[in-house]
Amino acid sequence: METIFQAAELLFNWPVLVALLIGSVGGVVIGAIPGVGPAVAIAILLPATFALEPLVGLTLLLGIYGSSMYGGSLPAILINTPGTAVNALTTYDGYPMTRRGEALRALGLAYGASFFGAVLSILILILLSPVLATVAPMFGSREIFLAALLGIILVIIAHRGQMAAAGMLAGLGILLQSVGMEPVNYTMRYTFGLDWLTSGLDLIVVVLGLFALSQAFQLIVEPDGAPDAQPVAGSLFRAMREIWTYRRTAATGGGFGVLMGVIPGVGEFTAQFLSYTAARKRSRTPDMFGRGSPEGLVASESANNAVPAAAMIPLLALGIPGEALTAMMLSVFYVHNVVPGPGLFQNQLDFVYALYLALLLLNVIVILWVLVSSNLLIRIIRIPTRFLGVAILVLSFVGVYSLRNSAVDCMIAAGFGVFGLILKRLNLPTVPIILGMVLGGIMEVKLRASMGRLDSVVDFVNRPIAALLVFVIVVITVQSIRTAIRDLRDRHDSSNSPNQ
Amino acid sequence: MQRVLNFLALFRRERRPGDLIFAAGFLVLALACLVAVPWQAQFLGKKSLVEEPGFWPSVGVGMMVVFGAIHFVCTWNAPRLPGRLQEVILWLRSVEFVLWFSVYVGAVPVIGYLPATLLFAVLLSIRAGYRSVRMLTSAAGLALATVLVFKAGLGVRLPAGAVYQYLPDGIRSFVMVNF
Repeated sequence: METIFQAAELLFNWPVLVALLIGSVGGVVIGAIPGVGPAVAIAILLPATFALEPLVGLTLLLGIYGSSMYGGSLPAILINTPGTAVNALTTYDGYPMTRRGEALRALGLAYGASFFGAVLSILILILLSPVLATVAPMFGSREIFLAALLGIILVIIAHRGQMAAAGMLAGLGILLQSVGMEPVNYTMRYTFGLDWLTSGLDLIVVVLGLFALSQAFQLIVEPDGAPDAQPVAGSLFRAMREIWTYRRTAATGGGFGVLMGVIPGVGEFTAQFLSYTAARKRSRTPDMFGRGSPEGLVASESANNAVPAAAMIPLLALGIPGEALTAMMLSVFYVHNVVPGPGLFQNQLDFVYALYLALLLLNVIVILWVLVSSNLLIRIIRIPTRFLGVAILVLSFVGVYSLRNSAVDCMIAAGFGVFGLILKRLNLPTVPIILGMVLGGIMEVKLRASMGRLDSVVDFVNRPIAALLVFVIVVITVQSIRTAIRDLRDRHDSSNSPNQ
Repeated sequence: MQRVLNFLALFRRERRPGDLIFAAGFLVLALACLVAVPWQAQFLGKKSLVEEPGFWPSVGVGMMVVFGAIHFVCTWNAPRLPGRLQEVILWLRSVEFVLWFSVYVGAVPVIGYLPATLLFAVLLSIRAGYRSVRMLTSAAGLALATVLVFKAGLGVRLPAGAVYQYLPDGIRSFVMVNF
């Protein structure tokens, strides 16, 4: 209890609260604008947060991370265009509801489900903290290496149908993190004799290129569009209360969100689809799913909003980011000398609780904000897309240049911007590159550290958690290979069937 | 031959225009990195392989080559969609905006953050097809707001423009700090 009071003391001061307010309100606005999204916003703001206090900078970014999906549901429901990528499933049922004149009900349910999922996830996170504080110190170098390896494997497996692409891009990420001077033996790796590669490639430069600049280029080169949406009339609060009717669906969605958020490399998409599928199986009206089912809407929105808090678990307890946004936040921790991992729970538990409280508070701020601002946000949706591209390009400059005042960084980011544009156009994933860069670095350091203390490879699994992780890795790998082979056989059989 | 074709059919995937060019390009890059391993990633002959400086780059390159080859085979096998050339032209069109960005990056240390951002936002808006006073004013407003928030508000480190040196003594330092 004393720790919670200390955490509240850390949180309740003006700079932190203002950052939380700006992040929460800004996150909803950013989420509501199709084509921007939290990754772009966080990438741009990252360098600016380096100058702030750790908790101020992190609450600003957490605010954007945790609130953007609320905003993203608005265009998904009103104009059939998801504000953020994870709101894609919301369009399945949200937009058909709008078409049959139930826009207000759909928005109320989406916001209610988002709040339900997020709060449930944060409460689980708070309840789990004592367990995490006990378990996290059991993770030594080899366990963290194995957890990071599991993360890489999962990020490849999670991209079903694109596993080869995810694997090659994760490999590119691992190669990119190793570029420059190697810190132990001081040899050069993949610098090709170029001085500007000696210090390596900065993660933030790559992130800004892949997420922000690529998005700017895509918006500018594609035909202009200015989506239109009609204002919504009525009491949103009353519509939001209907969530209680669907509390079981929301709780299940929140549960999937927590589970998938904790597992590195999986994230919102899997959580949403599992939640949606489970809700359809249990529903009395499964035929309505995809045609304006309130249950479908609740299932997807509760699941995706439960992920951000849950994704903080591997990040805070082990220092392992589960997806691109937490990977970006990891760099804020490092810049401020706050090292996420087992030590954080032992030495700075008040800081950890302050982050949890910030997450809780941001959801309250967001729900109050969306209640009053939905019709205002509809105007923001109408910003022409090419203008948005110009805006992102202007803002990206601050992000890249302020890091080291280096024009070379800007050119590297621009190069990754073009690469990111190509990936987006081909519908290939960018997240494996970022996770490859972050997890590759963690794996290299931890494997070296652990091998120094071991006599043989077998010693690697002589501790229970390490053995369990190896077992999980083997089971998941074998299972996914079996599934892939079965899929290939099914596809082969169906292509050779006489009906084809 | 039929067995080979059947086997290749197993790896067929959904394809988009331009996919094959990217897959081939990535595989070439991966193979070039593989060829470069001996002189770009050193192995010093230590007792354990994982402690070698060249180990992790080799892991990355290995993944790029293996998965890149599978991706290439899958893409090559997929039914082709028309529009490859248009897609590649669209990729190349983005290079124009890389040049715009480069000019902006080069202009900031010379003419200063505020003037460069104003010029960049307004000229790029015109290039993007916006000619109305309303849109150009919005572009200028966006530039001003960005400079005020990041430079004056958050104190983000950006170099003062060289031309600021020629400003009168009274306002020079103020402009250098905030704009």
